[in-house]
Amino acid sequence: MNGESDDRLHSAFQLMAQAASSNAHHTDLIFLTVFVVCGAVALGVAFTMFWFCVRYRHGSGAVHARVGTHRPLELTWTLVPLAIFIAGFAWAAHDFVSLYRVPPGATQVYVVAKQWMWKLQHRNGRREINELHVPLGQPVQLLMTSQDAIHSFYVPAFRLKQDVVPGRYTGLWFTATQLGEFHLFCAEYCGSQHSQMLGRIVVMQPAEFAKWLGSGTEQPSLAQYGFARFRELGCSGCHAAGSTVHAPSLRGLLGRTVHLQDGRTIVADENYVRDSILQPKKDVVAGFDPVMPSFTGQVSEEDIQALIAFLREGAVP
Amino acid sequence: MKSYLQEGTTIASWLTTRDHKRIGILFAIAITFFFFIGGAAATVIRLELATPQADLVSNDTYNRLFTAHGVIMVWLFLIPSIPSVLGNFLVPLMIGARDMAFPRLNLTSWYVYMLGGVIVLLALALGGVDTGWTFYTPYSTMFSNSWVAVTLLGVFVVGFSSILTGLNIIVTVHTLRTPGMGWFKLPLFVWAIYATSVILVLATPVLAITTLLVIAERLWQIGVFDPAYGGDPLLFQHLFWFYSHPAVYIMVLPAMGVASEIIPCFARQRIFGYRFMAYAILGIASIGFLVWGHHMFVSGQSVAASMVFSLLSFMVAIPSAIKVFNWTATLYRGSIHFDAPMLYALGFVGLFTVGGLTGLVLASLSLDVHLTDTYFVVSHFHYIMVGGSVMAYFGGLHFWWPKITGRMYADTWARIAAVLIFLGFNLTFFPQYLLGVQGMPRRYHTYPPEFQVLNLLSSSGAVVLAVGYLLPLFYFAWSLRPGGRIAGANPFHATGLEWTTPSPPPKDNFEQLPEPPQEVYGYDPAKDPRHDPARGGAMAAEPVR
Repeated sequence: MNGESDDRLHSAFQLMAQAASSNAHHTDLIFLTVFVVCGAVALGVAFTMFWFCVRYRHGSGAVHARVGTHRPLELTWTLVPLAIFIAGFAWAAHDFVSLYRVPPGATQVYVVAKQWMWKLQHRNGRREINELHVPLGQPVQLLMTSQDAIHSFYVPAFRLKQDVVPGRYTGLWFTATQLGEFHLFCAEYCGSQHSQMLGRIVVMQPAEFAKWLGSGTEQPSLAQYGFARFRELGCSGCHAAGSTVHAPSLRGLLGRTVHLQDGRTIVADENYVRDSILQPKKDVVAGFDPVMPSFTGQVSEEDIQALIAFLREGAVP
Repeated sequence: MKSYLQEGTTIASWLTTRDHKRIGILFAIAITFFFFIGGAAATVIRLELATPQADLVSNDTYNRLFTAHGVIMVWLFLIPSIPSVLGNFLVPLMIGARDMAFPRLNLTSWYVYMLGGVIVLLALALGGVDTGWTFYTPYSTMFSNSWVAVTLLGVFVVGFSSILTGLNIIVTVHTLRTPGMGWFKLPLFVWAIYATSVILVLATPVLAITTLLVIAERLWQIGVFDPAYGGDPLLFQHLFWFYSHPAVYIMVLPAMGVASEIIPCFARQRIFGYRFMAYAILGIASIGFLVWGHHMFVSGQSVAASMVFSLLSFMVAIPSAIKVFNWTATLYRGSIHFDAPMLYALGFVGLFTVGGLTGLVLASLSLDVHLTDTYFVVSHFHYIMVGGSVMAYFGGLHFWWPKITGRMYADTWARIAAVLIFLGFNLTFFPQYLLGVQGMPRRYHTYPPEFQVLNLLSSSGAVVLAVGYLLPLFYFAWSLRPGGRIAGANPFHATGLEWTTPSPPPKDNFEQLPEPPQEVYGYDPAKDPRHDPARGGAMAAEPVR
């Protein structure tokens, strides 16, 4: 794929920024359609008003007469917009839902936002600040949380935005379709240097990306670091198979359906793991006693993300 | 007969008045003051944004400026603007009443508003607040080093003024309509102010609770919104928008009411589809309570919730669309005059249409993901609130100025101002749509250089807009000079009971309770009583002294 010729293709229509992700073209298509429909309506209304204003101005030769109610006309301009609106809603909702369907095999990147920077970590442990390198044409999934205020991860070229909220994980996935560098903005006001909380997304050829990812200082992978924390924090003392304390097994936990003490059933996701570490009494697994202590204050956001990476990929006892 | 302006001329007679007309004027003076303070903040913001770098103010000052602009314009100007000024002055006149149902409560509302306004000014004087007018948690409860609690206390107090005025109008419309004045003989302005009042009474308490919770969390870490104490930051957003989205309709429904008075009068035509227009007002007021989650599509709210809020947001656009089509249809076969109020009203319809259509863009889920929290949103709500509400408020001031003061302003100057405001507004805000589409986030003190051209266009538009907003101060003031042109009871030959009393009206409005007209908006374009305004003025009607 030749990045330059692509740029020229897109510069033909400069209304929107360059479109550089798999979903961006869908978003642009619906935007253009809505823009044309709304533009036609706006111009239609403006033209009709203008025409009436000229034709029926005081003293003109046109017929000036009282006009009664015209129910069929009123029903028409009630029901036709209704139909158009429902179509517009359905189309945009369809695209929206696909933003939440992460394709299998997406590479995870862990993101922590804080005033006023983006901290990102790849699975192999490589860390970045205010920069995210991603491979072209491969799905990437971000798992994000904030250490302080709410931030928002916004890449205009990808037409994607997701608030990054303290106390929980939010996610975002994309497949970059163009090489190059793209703006990363914080889009949720977060204090003094909100407008300097900037970064860039660097889209590379997969081979170059692999080289880039492997370079840099040697460090444990995120899952390995998570395993180290798992032992240091004493998690294995209870959650290991041969443990004397009765605690649920964590093997294959993410994505598993969990039955809870109070009768609820949930699918274990990253938020469930996070809550279980920090607020263990919130979702107690059926058949177990609520004996786990909270680890609030003992683990950083990065630690929890490493533990999740370990649960996802490591040799969980 | 003495007019209400001649019933005591001392300051004390104004500050202790129970006359709804005088209270309307007290509100008008106060909100004009705040309008120019909020406008000054906007001027500095636009000057700063003329270049990508920070060159005029520091980032902290910038953040305090846009917060002050938002807080003042929303709570101290827009929300009280049409309801508390024109609504206060006109609703009793339009329904044939001698005053509001609770005159003392009416004056109380003004004092409560002033107290809230003074508290907000105090917070500004102490150093201001930097959270944005939305006060999102946990930034506002935990991380902001500014006068959050004092400002919110001001907002809390101002809210009670909203509730008191809303309550007063509801009771007035229910109980004080002149005999024979049925609901479907009410001018649409009364319908609009009535529906607005219902929203004020139902939504504002939620704002009051929310502000108190934020203050409490900020002072005592009670853990409602801050996850560090076990709270939920999205809960704040739900509570805040449960008030603040209906608040948009608090601002725009009265504007629709004003347009629905002006357009028939200057088209000399009945309003097209009166009943649909009234039902549309009620539809907007009720569905408007169910769309707040469309501010939260990327907040982490569930997909299912976002779907419901998106669909309902499309639905609330239907009654708005009906209104636009009906205003347009009202012009058909009319006998149209282009006096200043009409220019404002037509400008309102155009700008409101653009604002409403871009609202549909934002209601579309996948588009909102890209556009929310960018300048597209900033532009969208300014088209509704400034292009819509402020334009209509100005139209209303020009339409009823003769009734309120008994004087006629210079119509040529008023038309020049209307055109300047319309052009300046579009030049200021249309580029902001494009900025949003290209991805410029809102609340940015500095920005990447590729956004400069559009920002510069926007800033130059703001200069034109500022001139347009200052002009009325002069020609309105000039019209009040001794020997200024006397307007007469009904210079525009409008229907409506407010035009059946002298201008300015006597203290008790009507000597005898008036008979409602046979038909609301009983205009007939075939029998246009108005001469051609060749002198660029309103009518050469015989002045009534």
